[in-house]
Amino acid sequence: MKPKLAVWKFSSCDGCQLTLLDCEDELLDIAEAVDIAYFLEATRTQREGPYDISLVEGSISTAHEMERIREIRRDSRLLITIGACATAGGIQALRNTQDHDSLRASVYPSPQFIDALATSTPIADHVPVDYELRGCPIDKHQLIEAITALLKGRKPTLPDYSQCAECKLAGTACVMVTKGIPCLGPVTQGGCGNLCPSIGRGCYGCFGPKEGANTEALAAELAALGAGQRTIRDLFGGFTAGAPAFAEERKRHDG
Amino acid sequence: MDQAAAKSISMGANGLEALISVLEADGYDVWGARERDGALVLGPIASIDDLPRGRIEQAEGGSVRLVEGPRDAFFDHTLPMQSAKRLVYPAEERLFVTGEDLLIEETPVETRPIAVIGVRPCDLAAMETLTTVFESGPFRDTRFRQRREALLLIAVNCMRPASTCFCASMNTGPRAEAGFDLALDELLEDGRHLFVVSAGSARGQEILDRLDGEAASKEDLQAARDGSRACAEAQTRRMAEGAEQLLKRSYDHPHWAEVAERCLSCTNCTMVCPTCFCGTVEDRSSLDGSEAERWRRWDSCFTLDFSYLHGGSVRKETASRYRQWITHKLAHWHDQFGSSGCVGCGRCIGWCPVGIDLTAEVAALAANDSSSGQQGEERR
Repeated sequence: MKPKLAVWKFSSCDGCQLTLLDCEDELLDIAEAVDIAYFLEATRTQREGPYDISLVEGSISTAHEMERIREIRRDSRLLITIGACATAGGIQALRNTQDHDSLRASVYPSPQFIDALATSTPIADHVPVDYELRGCPIDKHQLIEAITALLKGRKPTLPDYSQCAECKLAGTACVMVTKGIPCLGPVTQGGCGNLCPSIGRGCYGCFGPKEGANTEALAAELAALGAGQRTIRDLFGGFTAGAPAFAEERKRHDG
Repeated sequence: MDQAAAKSISMGANGLEALISVLEADGYDVWGARERDGALVLGPIASIDDLPRGRIEQAEGGSVRLVEGPRDAFFDHTLPMQSAKRLVYPAEERLFVTGEDLLIEETPVETRPIAVIGVRPCDLAAMETLTTVFESGPFRDTRFRQRREALLLIAVNCMRPASTCFCASMNTGPRAEAGFDLALDELLEDGRHLFVVSAGSARGQEILDRLDGEAASKEDLQAARDGSRACAEAQTRRMAEGAEQLLKRSYDHPHWAEVAERCLSCTNCTMVCPTCFCGTVEDRSSLDGSEAERWRRWDSCFTLDFSYLHGGSVRKETASRYRQWITHKLAHWHDQFGSSGCVGCGRCIGWCPVGIDLTAEVAALAANDSSSGQQGEERR
């Protein structure tokens, strides 16, 4: 019997789930290798658990989601979080440092109908997570690697090195060293496929902090390059603003 | 000296184009430092127009900017971001493929002949260092050997240092003594623009014999040597003497914690170093499990995974990773390979996003050398 795969959505934009459909060349092989039991974006068929692998997209943003993720965890042998929302709370975690009521009133004409938590938090804050795929959106090669490895019972190869290592492996010249462009590469986990620096942009950290991210030293260098407090604050306040290392650095430049 | 003179010719600046033509006629892909995205990177060149003529780097800790230089020289710049290491030891390569039968089909090495123009003396020294690493001892890397055989190295002696250079204090430059097939000195003065070309190998001599030029005059040879000497004297950075012993007795030095406050453990220094050779192997498999591949890629001692053993990583803190890197490079390399692992190219200084300077770190260790040499002996 083929392993059962489920894809779940929480507070998110669907982009990470789409990455699975975006696998194109490999999509038929994936469909051959697993039994897609629950994946609303691709099929209306909904089969009951338990599931061998659950891919979870999105952050926990409502009380209902807090309940639902526990059920999914109970029903899943392996649970893999996919994307910046599921692994760090997403861009919506910017609200975590604001007054929720006034924020809600400033966005919605009838805020009394909005039943959301004051915070947007990653899945791992609520249930144990077996593996996480970073990024906004995730990288399809990492997704395929994770599925392939787990089907064979081996550990997926997911690098813990910085974005800088990806630049240098690819031979991409450093945008910060050559042009003084602010870049989060040195403190950001690699794995995206060297997307932004290879077209001359600074990394904006969508893969979130790498282990042991020395954000303070990087922020000092960004300031030395001429970046103002606000620029530095906003750089750390992107799609992974809720990741502790980035949230703390952002706070240091807020005010 | 006479013998060296016999091997050297002088040719006009346009002789460089002729050299490229000769190399191409011999079937070489010609590579050199090219300007791309505001940096010098090693890549194929079709003609001298692809060379960064007139350009120089303004290099400082954490900053390498290309600007117009004072002269119209081809080689007043110094180093591309990464050395020719990539050509003998690719950043990533597949080693073999296997299937359900578990028969191993080795992936052949692509050995297209490549001639690299503009290899600097420090990078030549680094190539020698890599050769020792990959070919001394009982296990020899045949993939390295095949790629090295396909490489023709055309050195350029430096006439101008970048501020990050310190090859003079490592005895690796700025003048190449050996390790090249051809070496060029670019002379540009008094309205003359010429190259002194010297052969360093039989293969180099054979190419030199087909170049249009005349025997290099004593004056030109002297001008070339003077240029190298001036370049050495113009270097502002230097590695302190006794770095090997200093590092060996600095294991518990409080300075490591201070470096760790600045170090991003981003791996840049190791990724631009022309002698860092660490790699890791990764297995990849197809979705249906019918095929598996083994890949090798560069690794870095600055990652957590690098020191992962059963049960966890040995070097969890950045302080221990920086200490590992610099101590291996400047001290234990001597025990392992009989030389320093540093050639003084200074890439790790310029390409470090926060400008950490190993010459300054060694100086800082020396300035606060709490355990004297004798105490170091006692500790052992």
